[in-house]
Amino acid sequence: MDKAKEALRQKQSQAPIIQLKGVTKRFGAVTAVDHIDLDIYPGELFCLLGGSGSGKSTLLRMLSGFETPSEGQIIIDGVDMAGVEPYERPVNMMFQSYALFPHMTVFDNVAYGLRRMKFSKAEVHAQVAELLHMVQLDDYAKRKPHQLSGGQRQRVALARALARRPKLLLLDEPLGALDKKLREETQFELVKIQEQSGVTFVVVTHDQEEAMTLADRIGVMDRGRIVQIGEPRDIYEYPGSRFVADFIGSVNLFDCSIGEEGEDFTILDSEDLKGSIRVGHGISGAPGSDVSYAIRPEKIALNRDSENADNEFSGIIEDVAYMGNWSLYRVRLDCGCILKVSQANLKRQDQTNLTWDDRVFASWSDTAGVVLPS
Amino acid sequence: MKRLALPLMAFMGFAFLYLPIVSLIIYSFNESKLVTVWGGFSTKWYVELFKDPQILGAAKISLQIGVISATLAVVLGTLAAFVLVRFRRFRGKTLLTGMITAPLVMPEVITGLSLLLLFVALESTLGWPQGRDMMTIIIAHTTFCMAYVAVVVQSRLIDMDPSIEEAALDLGASPLRVFFDVILPTIAPALVSGWLLAFTLSLDDLVIASFVSGPGSSTLPMVIFSKVRLGVSPDVNALATLMVLVVAIGIFLAARLMRPSHTEVNE
Repeated sequence: MDKAKEALRQKQSQAPIIQLKGVTKRFGAVTAVDHIDLDIYPGELFCLLGGSGSGKSTLLRMLSGFETPSEGQIIIDGVDMAGVEPYERPVNMMFQSYALFPHMTVFDNVAYGLRRMKFSKAEVHAQVAELLHMVQLDDYAKRKPHQLSGGQRQRVALARALARRPKLLLLDEPLGALDKKLREETQFELVKIQEQSGVTFVVVTHDQEEAMTLADRIGVMDRGRIVQIGEPRDIYEYPGSRFVADFIGSVNLFDCSIGEEGEDFTILDSEDLKGSIRVGHGISGAPGSDVSYAIRPEKIALNRDSENADNEFSGIIEDVAYMGNWSLYRVRLDCGCILKVSQANLKRQDQTNLTWDDRVFASWSDTAGVVLPS
Repeated sequence: MKRLALPLMAFMGFAFLYLPIVSLIIYSFNESKLVTVWGGFSTKWYVELFKDPQILGAAKISLQIGVISATLAVVLGTLAAFVLVRFRRFRGKTLLTGMITAPLVMPEVITGLSLLLLFVALESTLGWPQGRDMMTIIIAHTTFCMAYVAVVVQSRLIDMDPSIEEAALDLGASPLRVFFDVILPTIAPALVSGWLLAFTLSLDDLVIASFVSGPGSSTLPMVIFSKVRLGVSPDVNALATLMVLVVAIGIFLAARLMRPSHTEVNE
């Protein structure tokens, strides 16, 4: 309820900078993008998250003008983009391969977009210097792209894409080509630059971690449709479907049917678990109808003794993966199914000392999981 | 012994390929009038060569034909390569691909004969071309050289990241600007090497030129061939040596420009 209000307030305060209305793209018999309606607001950092073939890149290419929608309307800043060529749109793109011009220096690469506008030589010079300063490449103006590292190329691509002060910047897997360490630094840098420039960013990525850290809002895509839109936390903690729960992060999913219902709780009967799960709220749905229950591995506690928790199942640890900051346990429950449990390693010494073949109780509270339509 | 095997084999291979040319070059500096007898070092046949109006005329014709047909072949071959690489699948694309590259493997006799038949048929129906002259040789050379250019440019275009073009479009460049700012600099080495290749092929060609040439438009290879048939004179050796030099320079430059690392690693 709060979310709906908040979104409404946001809508009222600002007109969306991008409006997609029933946008569809077909390649022959394949529908890559399927009737997407989406509003993105000025200054937002919006992430389109999806696996390969989910249509996210096609959607991005339609925004930049390299593909034309088969159906529907794309409106950017109040102007219908139908028939508007890529070089006439108030939109710039940062390509996954960066697509720097190999025969031009860093300076010329960044200046390229400015030189296509009516700027004097001095203005171009000043603006390029400013952009290179923003991405901390002041000393690299005379280099050619092949003389730069991957991270530097990425920053040149960003500076070049921002040079024309677009109303909208599209980023195709902006961190995809960087190694893990560099990626973490760059993520924060990218968000900082986005905030400074005030430009609306639309990021396409298949990497959920990237989407989580960058985005104000995430749109999860599956087979050409946006299946859920929300803030990172909402998407993670309140997934709307099995697909989203499974796609974002790790999850234990159980098929259940609605059993006994009380004032402030519901009991789900699970075939898989050969038991019942207690959920701390009412569920819309007739008793006996099928639902899915999703519980994140980190929401589950492991103990040697019974804790009399809301939900508790005993089992045997089959496998332990030590990841440094946390450990992943695979617990074979008495019903035979596997439960993934992760525990943060808060202390240097292992307190519980749980290991293979230990008998444990896995427990979680009645508010820890999510009930999803099956 | 084992250490010597590879150099020995390489030497024999090179000898097999280049001994005839080397002997030709050596004998071009022969003092004697007899081609087969060494009579001491001299450059007199080179002097003789440049006094021969027939050879000089033919050389001029060959160079003109080479330059014009190489240029035309680069333009047409580049267009063909673009169609092959950049256009989405269309009806008959496979056929077009095959037909563009067919002249590479077509026997020259057939190419020459078919062009001759075409020119004769055109003349009798349209009245053009009137007879056969330099023009018909240029057309003939352009058609087969185009195939080589198309293949060279095609390979360069395939290597080119299409998003570089899109990036230029995205940054506000019109398609025409994109061509001059981004595509042309990228494929320039291929264009130059394609041109050199076409020029060399045109300069070398005897068979096709023989079919489609007319009186007064004998190319250099044709003149050499007719001279040799009347008895080998040593000035032909000198001429051949010069041609080997020109062709070798052309091939060398073409290979150098096509080296993929050429534009990337300058430092």
